[in-house]
Amino acid sequence: MLSRVKRDLTMTAAPTPGGSRVDLLLIADMVTPGARVLDVGCGDGELLRILGERRDVDGRGIELSREGVNECVAKGLAVIQGDADTDLADYPDDAFDFVILSQTLQATRHPRIVLEHMLRIGRHAVVSFPNFGHWKIRLQVGLGGHMPTTDNLPYAWWDSPNIHFCTIKDFRQLTMVTGAKMERAVALNAWGTPLRFNAPWWFWNLFGEQAVFLLSRRS
Amino acid sequence: MVDLGTAPDVARSREADEPRDSLVARFGHDRPLKLDAGVELSPFQIAYQTYGTLNAERSNAVLICHALTGDHHVANVHPVTGKSGWWETLIGPGKPIDTDRYFIICPNVIGACMGTTGPASTNPKTGKPWGLEFPVITIRDMVRAQAMLLDELKIDTLFAVAGGSMGGMQVLQWAASYPRRVFAALPIAASTRHSAQNIAFHEVGRQAVMADPEWRGGRYLVEGANPRRGLAVARMGAHITYLSDAALHRKFGRKYQDRSNPTFSFDADFEVESYLRHQGSSFVERFDANSYLYLTRAMDYFDIAADYDGSVANAFKGSETRFCVVSFTSDWLFPTSDSRAIVHALNAGGARVSFAEIVTDKGHDAFLLEEPELFAIVRGFLDGAARVRGLPIPKR
Repeated sequence: MLSRVKRDLTMTAAPTPGGSRVDLLLIADMVTPGARVLDVGCGDGELLRILGERRDVDGRGIELSREGVNECVAKGLAVIQGDADTDLADYPDDAFDFVILSQTLQATRHPRIVLEHMLRIGRHAVVSFPNFGHWKIRLQVGLGGHMPTTDNLPYAWWDSPNIHFCTIKDFRQLTMVTGAKMERAVALNAWGTPLRFNAPWWFWNLFGEQAVFLLSRRS
Repeated sequence: MVDLGTAPDVARSREADEPRDSLVARFGHDRPLKLDAGVELSPFQIAYQTYGTLNAERSNAVLICHALTGDHHVANVHPVTGKSGWWETLIGPGKPIDTDRYFIICPNVIGACMGTTGPASTNPKTGKPWGLEFPVITIRDMVRAQAMLLDELKIDTLFAVAGGSMGGMQVLQWAASYPRRVFAALPIAASTRHSAQNIAFHEVGRQAVMADPEWRGGRYLVEGANPRRGLAVARMGAHITYLSDAALHRKFGRKYQDRSNPTFSFDADFEVESYLRHQGSSFVERFDANSYLYLTRAMDYFDIAADYDGSVANAFKGSETRFCVVSFTSDWLFPTSDSRAIVHALNAGGARVSFAEIVTDKGHDAFLLEEPELFAIVRGFLDGAARVRGLPIPKR
């Protein structure tokens, strides 16, 4: 199911002239060239492809959906079928430079444990997620009185794979609980444009439709 | 061709020494095969096939490892059965394992009966078939012999090693024993160790062979006998494990064979019975009963972890080989959980691994059948590896 979240985003998020999603390019921008990368919930392998082309990384992926995995392997990507909630425990410490969780956090059963494993397996963790604090969502819940559906989150509450939504504010709290060091954060508006870097957090939390965080282990 | 008349037993023994339509590498007393059992096999020979052309850099060789009852005729018409090669779906010009681009080598394993030295071969010391005097061999022995063949062919590094089932075990053993000689590895429907259930099935098969009075304590070739019934029963039992409940039901259901009512006898009333009997009787025409004992035994002994302090991950630690592990949903002989265990061990060892599970109701045998998803995965994996290896990739 994780891959469906991503595929839907592929269709709805603003593509760049090159045809790639802004949030994926943003993630690629945070990864150092030649790094060892694990993409958790890699969907059809689009991010791994971008990372391979632009950053020359040694990339691996985990994907829950069988179709996604088989598509990736057929493209020559090193991807295994697996579950972020259960399979990260099998990876040794410091196996990767970057562990990426792109648009998948909200679909995991134990986001905190997943994030802790990411910071154990990799020196850096990159997490991107839809911001549940965006004003459109707040309007739908607060005034509409119903669970929100947006272009990025098109599911009705009864068939949504997303079980752990959070806001940018909430995620910052999780980074503090896990003791992660926040190296960089970017919020994107509905058109995929980064919000002003020096805007206050409440502004990001209200107008950011999605966010990308670069974290590292506090050593 | 020699006149074999009505003595297929003689034919079998001849095929073991002088295989038709095969290349043969002979290793004299100066190059013995050191076996895990602690003895040396010498002299010995390996029958094999090749397809395609070895490039000038000698970097495009692909080794295909066959399964328990397979042989080296992987992509050509079989000289004994007249059937097409067992992996012709996958290997050929323009196919996923492309004979236009790769030099493909498929050897018959040690202990087999199609031209590589095994219990049906002539023991040079006695001038008679080895029979049970042939030493017990292991998967590692098979791989060691294959490495000697590659030395003979002056191939240092294999671009890829691929195989399913017992062939997949050899692939894993290759990657563990000779990590630097294997650029890419494709173990399909395999496991790092044979399970208790699988050993149990093999034991039933062996007991069926040995219970046949024609087995003659393993001396049937010398005494002009052949334990056909025993080997056929072994094959029938094993064949069930290669399929699945769903596949058997889809193919046969409870349909009667050439009749509309039960005969109230022990005839093959049901189609599935008739099918199994056919599988059994056609198998004995091409396979040696003692070989069946030795090869099943080799699989039983297979346990990579045992050679590496009980940890499969140790076997692949620091490996630079690229792995692609494939399993099938309805395979209950080498279930997905076995493949997943391989993947976990490879990940723990830091190896580069892909893993795909293919949905099919065809059971363990799916790796030999028309599975477009398998073909796409093998093609994608090999093309990706070829790119890194600097081998040409066709434009599609």
